[in-house]
Amino acid sequence: MSFLRSDLPLDRDASGRFLPWIIGFMVYLAALTLAGAMAVDELVERWQAGLTGKLTVQVAPGPSDGDPDDRIDRVLELLAETPAVAGVELLGERDVARLLEPWLGSGPELADLPLPALIAVELRKGATVDLASLRQQLAEAAPGTTVDDHERWRSDLTTFARSVELLAGVILSLVGGAAILTVVFATRTGLSIHRRVIELVHLIGARDSYIAQQFEAHALRLGLVGGVLGVGLATATLLGLGRLLAGIEAPLLPSLSFELWQWLTLAMLPLAAAGIAMLTARLTVLRTLSRVM
Amino acid sequence: MGNASVVLFENAGVRYEGGPPVLQNISFALPPGSFHFLVGPSGAGKSSLLRLMYLALRPAEGRVSLFGRDVSTLKRHEIPELRRRIGVVFQDFRLLDHLSAMDNVALPLRVAGVRESEIRRHVPELLKWVGLGDHLTSLPATLSGGQQQRVAIARAVISRPSLLLADEPTGNVDDAIAVRLMYLFEELNKLGTTVVIATHNEGLVSRFNHRQLRLEHGVLRTADPKPRDVA
Repeated sequence: MSFLRSDLPLDRDASGRFLPWIIGFMVYLAALTLAGAMAVDELVERWQAGLTGKLTVQVAPGPSDGDPDDRIDRVLELLAETPAVAGVELLGERDVARLLEPWLGSGPELADLPLPALIAVELRKGATVDLASLRQQLAEAAPGTTVDDHERWRSDLTTFARSVELLAGVILSLVGGAAILTVVFATRTGLSIHRRVIELVHLIGARDSYIAQQFEAHALRLGLVGGVLGVGLATATLLGLGRLLAGIEAPLLPSLSFELWQWLTLAMLPLAAAGIAMLTARLTVLRTLSRVM
Repeated sequence: MGNASVVLFENAGVRYEGGPPVLQNISFALPPGSFHFLVGPSGAGKSSLLRLMYLALRPAEGRVSLFGRDVSTLKRHEIPELRRRIGVVFQDFRLLDHLSAMDNVALPLRVAGVRESEIRRHVPELLKWVGLGDHLTSLPATLSGGQQQRVAIARAVISRPSLLLADEPTGNVDDAIAVRLMYLFEELNKLGTTVVIATHNEGLVSRFNHRQLRLEHGVLRTADPKPRDVA
């Protein structure tokens, strides 16, 4: 039998008319979910990369009668002697004030506060540093000095990324499940509408697989149409959002500028939708027909 | 010898949904190559008897065997192969409205996986033979009742079935066409096809000298030959 020719008038079914739209909507949701997960993944990777190989040393102001510059110099000296350290940068008061501005405001009274000195440390590529030892040495050189290797922040980012991936997986499963149920419903309706024709084709000697093949081909066509529709709309949405984000100075936001493999992943969705629709239709037909003579 | 019968009924009965019996205690055998008229008044159970023979129904009691196989014990996957050996002309034709005359007649061949090139060769030939050579691409709705009936007959015989069952096959055609169709059935019969024709047309029955299965109120009054006769 030609895969394109149908003995059953499935194209005339009302149930088949809405199927591409529903599948299109499902694929649209799936594409946006997938794109969102990929964008968050890329964002987290970017954040992680920005923190890898870097430490932040915070030198507390110390006793009021001591010279704070002495403490900072001792810390800088110690860091410079540490083999794993590639470079250090002492943040100026203005930089520190800018970092604290969201919490403390920008008034002149900020200068009167005993703010800690912040030193950005860059480690040599591939070098490992004994953090416990470094912390101890720095604390001895200038009591109250702390070292932040951003481990907690990175751990939080990883947890966030995993949560987003999990959520995306759940949404994709729900969307897929809803699409499967829709195809099951439409196929059963089709079987019911064409009951007499199917009975005739059976009496002529058709196997269940022959009838299932016709429903499969129909579901494949509708799934492809719906899938292309959904991915087309999702692509337009993503391009629009990408253009919008490109005009915003916000490095913490995802870029939505995908690589080729990511676009190809999205382009596979119509095929996946069509495949799922086809398989669902086949199994539904075979299961339903197995109950009749 | 009973196993050699194309059709063998042994005390078979049918009832629908717990209602009264439609067929009771039916026993007969049809040897290969036989030709029978199935006659009886409306409501006598002719269509139910045919339904048993074309595997649309299983007997509620007794046993029905086709080509030596007890239909009650057939596995689901074995049924299509058996059905392909049976051609059926339905009383209401049961043509597929969205398919052309050509595609309707081709259906049994396509279902059986026959190559398209062969279909394109045989189907127009047969449609021409039944007088529909100019209607290959016509949809059933554009054909007269008689023309539809001939398409239905062509569909039933296109795969050269071993058993041909026809329910009032000449009901919508004039006498000349009816006789022509009967000759077609006889030609098939000569080639070895076992033929059963259910009809009200007493003229046709008397004109063609074939054996009769006469049903009355779901009971077989005349069965020739009976199982014991062919045993």
